[in-house]
Amino acid sequence: MTLLLLIEQGLNGLQLGVMLFLMAAGLTLVFGIMDMINLAHGSFYMVGAYLTATFAPVFDSFALAVLAALPLAALVGMAVEVVALRTLYRREHLDQVLATFGLILFFNELVRIVWGPQPIFLQPPSWLAGTVEIIPGVPYPAFRLAIIAVGLAVAVFLYLLITRTRTGMLIRAGASNREMLGALGVDVKRLYTLVFGLGAALAALAGAMAGPVLAVQVGMGESVLILTFVVIVIGGLGSVRGALVGALLVGMVDTLARALLPTVLRTMMPPSQADGMGASLASMTIYILMAAVLAWKPRGLFPAHA
Amino acid sequence: MLETRDLYKHFGGLVATDHVSLSIREGELHAVIGPNGAGKTTLIAQLAGELRPDGGAILFDGKDVTRTPVQRRAASGLARSFQITSVFPSFSALANVALAVQAHAGHSFRFWRRAAHDAALTGPARDALELVGLGSRAEVPAELLSHGEQRQLEIAMALATRPRMLLLDEPMAGMGPAEGASMVDLLRKLKGRYTILLIEHDMDAVFALADWITVLVHGAVIATGTPEEIRYDAEVRRAYLGEETV
Amino acid sequence: MRDHGRETLAVLIGLAFLLALPFLAEAAGKGFYVTLFTRILIFGLAAVSLDLILGYGGMVSFGHAAFVGVGAYAVGILSWHVFDGSPLMTWPVTLEGTENAFVVWPLAMLMGGLFALVIGAISLRTTGISFIMITLAFAQMLFYLAIGLRKYGGEDGIALYNKSQLVPPIDLFDRTTFYYVCLGLLVAFLAVCRRLTRSRFGMAVQGARINERRMKALGFSPYRYKLTAFVISGAGAGLSGALLANAAEFVGPAYMSWQRSGELIVMVVLGGMGTLFGPVAGAAAFLLLEEWLADLTEHWQIILGPILLFVVVFARRGLWGWVAGQGREDR
Repeated sequence: MTLLLLIEQGLNGLQLGVMLFLMAAGLTLVFGIMDMINLAHGSFYMVGAYLTATFAPVFDSFALAVLAALPLAALVGMAVEVVALRTLYRREHLDQVLATFGLILFFNELVRIVWGPQPIFLQPPSWLAGTVEIIPGVPYPAFRLAIIAVGLAVAVFLYLLITRTRTGMLIRAGASNREMLGALGVDVKRLYTLVFGLGAALAALAGAMAGPVLAVQVGMGESVLILTFVVIVIGGLGSVRGALVGALLVGMVDTLARALLPTVLRTMMPPSQADGMGASLASMTIYILMAAVLAWKPRGLFPAHA
Repeated sequence: MLETRDLYKHFGGLVATDHVSLSIREGELHAVIGPNGAGKTTLIAQLAGELRPDGGAILFDGKDVTRTPVQRRAASGLARSFQITSVFPSFSALANVALAVQAHAGHSFRFWRRAAHDAALTGPARDALELVGLGSRAEVPAELLSHGEQRQLEIAMALATRPRMLLLDEPMAGMGPAEGASMVDLLRKLKGRYTILLIEHDMDAVFALADWITVLVHGAVIATGTPEEIRYDAEVRRAYLGEETV
Repeated sequence: MRDHGRETLAVLIGLAFLLALPFLAEAAGKGFYVTLFTRILIFGLAAVSLDLILGYGGMVSFGHAAFVGVGAYAVGILSWHVFDGSPLMTWPVTLEGTENAFVVWPLAMLMGGLFALVIGAISLRTTGISFIMITLAFAQMLFYLAIGLRKYGGEDGIALYNKSQLVPPIDLFDRTTFYYVCLGLLVAFLAVCRRLTRSRFGMAVQGARINERRMKALGFSPYRYKLTAFVISGAGAGLSGALLANAAEFVGPAYMSWQRSGELIVMVVLGGMGTLFGPVAGAAAFLLLEEWLADLTEHWQIILGPILLFVVVFARRGLWGWVAGQGREDR
């Protein structure tokens, strides 16, 4: 019984992990290459979820809706980069914080105006609505398995993109040495816009897939954004590999702590108290994990800038 | 006073400091010269503690300080000036030097008294400004000082920490002839009072001031001796001085 | 360059206005403004405390609301125990709840400082973007911790049954009295900050902002001064939290939300970083703007967002630089 629970929660952790990776991969590149902090990354996640929720009934297909939402979200991302953020690269981090904080307010309110304040519940595609018996006796939602598969596929895609293509080579060069890009005669502006669009699309993909698991609502971007920050801090700024390791670590630790801590505490104190304290402690574990990593390695596990 | 033993530092495949052993005696003005890229600034950064060497040891006053952080080395009397002027631009010249005095005046957990009215800080700060010839410019914000004056301010800040030894990284960098001459005068005043390690490109200044010269090429010491010995050292002439003296 | 006369004049006019405000408001029959300006004073206090590290120390902390929340919860929890009649703890010593302001408010500052000490000690190991993200993350942790305090209302928070008690004739339920108490504390805090920023300690903190490398070469250890500033700042935020709890007669996790932290940064920048009075002006401008925009449209944030972008790009000197003809203290 406990083992089965552990497997199920492990898969949940993996699923949260790959979602966080989708968020973190783009963001860590923006941080690393442009030395820019972007708080509005969570807005792309939200936009992705809302666009998918809008297209799904139109196309009568979840998958088509996602496919339509991604390029749109990428366009939104690139537009934001060109209109607002481009002028901020050389500014202080504080300016970037304020400006992108303003963007969050703007996007949240825009979404509230267009789609209303009520959460939207998105149905998973019918062919993924059921459960799969991963091992005999352990049914697991097929949709969550699909999320894991998509997330891992994206990780492989990014790995190939970054290690095998010229664009990827430039991205890597930029993440470890910003000045070099300009010296190489690369069209830095276009590369930045491209990276931004890619990051936005990945965040939107995460948001779209989160739709059927969580509710689609205003503010959904920010709670996941702060988790993403924890991932990036743990993994090391600018490192996609760090983002992957950090995301899986955070996903696992958070999920397992939520599942197991109340049970463990129940052996020590009355159930009602144990549940309250367990939930409270569980929500703190990843931050404690972050503090521990920082105490050990202040620059994260895989710092990109040597 | 300051000694390095077999100091070694590399960046990737590039050897920046190649088994350098130096010995600087108390009261001496010891100049380190060498062509661009010889690793002079890298050497000073290791002596000051900003860079950690990959091998070898640094001894200050007979104590091993190889792993001592910058601020502790500075507090123990090893002061430096920077090649690229590094001051507090918005503070007045006086406030810059007062901050340096403050660094040496024990801890700064003093929360109440106004630092700018604290004679224990401003007194020595004015003395240091006077010494480097900036006495009349005390109230001017550092960013409005001329380049030469900022270089003088650098030295005043280093002096204000009451050091026992100065590490001067190209104090004449970017100076015109007149400014350079007054800097040479200043260094001559300081010579004998402090132990000085001087990195400088201006050969006339170096040969006029130094008691001892070490020549660094590609991170390695190729010659060390008195100015006379260096001037007539065949290898030095070939490797470095050649193009200037012939 | 520096125009001390103009700044002094601006401060005197501002103070005179704030002193007269309750009379003006009551005379105009708009007592509501007393309440609004009480909020402005409280958030002004929080913003000034943030400016100590943000403007003077160059530490972009995105978690300042957490310390405000900690101070508020110190008041709320002790007050809850008075109402409930149960002790706060029984071991190792028995501590009862209390509403005595002379106990509760210093305690709020102490707790704010203590949390700042722990969070700062870890966060200050990093700089730049990492520091921003880490302070934000720790504040979020405290936000979730507050939600987890089921005994104290969890997500719903604590409705205060009573306000803090000062000496008998002073009754904080009287809104004008409470206003003047807040004004007095803000003025006192500003006076302390003025001494702090000009002291040796203040010079060391500002030096670390301007040129940390040089500070080390001079023999300073910037970390300990930055951490001390962080703790003092946390204590100031704790005090403002204690006042906020009394003003709203309520304490909840929302006090610690990341939006609140963002708003505090906005107040500081809007008013003028690295100035003493700027953050107060910024708090006033922000809260009045919010009030006015909210009257205008339910979707006021869609206007506020672009305004922030605009401020960042075009109005870096802040309101105080504009009013008093003077930006940063050290300029």
